[in-house]
Amino acid sequence: MFHFKQLTEWLDAFLRQYLNEGWTLFVEFLLVGAVILTVYAVLALLLIWTERKICAFFQCRLGPTRVGPFGLLQSVADVIKILLKEIIRLNHVDQRLFRIAGFLVIIASLCTFGAIPFDKGLHAIDFNIGVFYLLAVSSLGVVGILLAGWSSNSKYTMIGAMRSGAQLISYELSCGLSLMTIVILSGTMQLSQIVEMQSTGWFIFKGGIPAIIAFVVYLIAGHAETNRGPFDLPEAESELTAGYHTEYSGIQFGFFYLAEYLNMFIIAAIAATMFLGGWMPLHVTGWDGLNQVMDYIPPVVWFFGKTFFCIFIALWVRWSFPRLRIDQLLKLEWKILMPISFVNIILMAVWVLLFN
Amino acid sequence: MNYIKDILLGIWHLMQGMYISLLNLLRKKVTEQYPENRGKVFPYERMRGSLAMPHNEQNRHRCTACGICEMNCPNGTIEVISKKEPDEVTGKEKRVLDRYLYDVGSCTFCSLCTVSCPQDAIEWSNDFEHAVFTRGKLLYQLNREGSSLAKKEKTEKAETV
Repeated sequence: MFHFKQLTEWLDAFLRQYLNEGWTLFVEFLLVGAVILTVYAVLALLLIWTERKICAFFQCRLGPTRVGPFGLLQSVADVIKILLKEIIRLNHVDQRLFRIAGFLVIIASLCTFGAIPFDKGLHAIDFNIGVFYLLAVSSLGVVGILLAGWSSNSKYTMIGAMRSGAQLISYELSCGLSLMTIVILSGTMQLSQIVEMQSTGWFIFKGGIPAIIAFVVYLIAGHAETNRGPFDLPEAESELTAGYHTEYSGIQFGFFYLAEYLNMFIIAAIAATMFLGGWMPLHVTGWDGLNQVMDYIPPVVWFFGKTFFCIFIALWVRWSFPRLRIDQLLKLEWKILMPISFVNIILMAVWVLLFN
Repeated sequence: MNYIKDILLGIWHLMQGMYISLLNLLRKKVTEQYPENRGKVFPYERMRGSLAMPHNEQNRHRCTACGICEMNCPNGTIEVISKKEPDEVTGKEKRVLDRYLYDVGSCTFCSLCTVSCPQDAIEWSNDFEHAVFTRGKLLYQLNREGSSLAKKEKTEKAETV
């Protein structure tokens, strides 16, 4: 079975033949950075295309069809357009913070992106507090959003940023709690080990009812964290024009746009990793024939298949439900999702005590 | 207990909504891909694509060059150019249509001309492809070359009415 670990280890050995320790590490860092940035950009393009296509299908349209086959190059054309656009310099904004905000948002999502295990040995950061790291870094993005809203010196952006802040910080809780449920089940926070442990069955099957509840809670909370779908209050077009990035133009706006799409991917990828086994193929204990057949499908395909399944659910939800009011949004989190998550953690503890 | 019941009921209702949108996802797409489907005919009788003057098989139209349409047009879109010709029967000088000019570039498709025409000589057609590179090309002549006034049209119409 081919794993990317073989490739990376071969590359490491190859570099060590010719270079000393320090230079090897340096070249590897550069390579990792380049690869991550490239994958990040390509995935963003792909996601934008996927979203436009699926959204169109939900509305009985065809979506982009003109540029390239099936409109695949549409997002490339969009990127070229956004790069050519003028970055409008505003007079009464806090210039420094205004510039930094976009980068903060994108750095937060890029850091999170590096920790996702795409395949065995194919993640930039893998250490023993992986889940904790994911949660910590992904919530840095809210700083960027608040800064963007504050520094723009506009009412729309301010209200949008405040709403976004309230929403992100609230939903962070149930996000973390539902991931904690899985940490209780697995007994480790290291993402590679979590995936490894699901070789005998994905956690959503292994964990029984508490895992399923945690999965649903995570999907809802994660979806709210991406500021999309029925939870797109921060960008409510009808009342706030575009929320916290109203004043941004050109590629500065592109950063927020990119980060938003990649956050969707990251949330889906974490859901896939924690609940659906990450890159691990579907294994059922006892059915060795099935397990072998499943092993022939490359792990990367498994990972992206599961991730895009989660993204599809997010888009499905987005086009099904009307937008929530701010009090309904907070009620959903504090009165429904969080109590459920707390009870669910106890349930999971009982489950682990009984069955493991 | 109401709390749990509300949650379950809410989940059930949300699932129903998602089921409906899933049906929409699988439904046939309604988008018309325009340049590819140019051959497709849309029988929209009321569509105001472009003004047209119907001609019969003998290349005859019904316009008597009375100019009512020209007077009624709020934009000066229509220009009726008439000429004097001796009548075939009586031999007297009679006004007939020389050129019927229609500038689609200034037309608002208000349909005052077709409504006011006493002979029903002009009507709307479904041609909507008006895109050209220069504005001069938007000026159309509606009567065909060598066409003349239909003779018995008026009497036939009077009989039917």
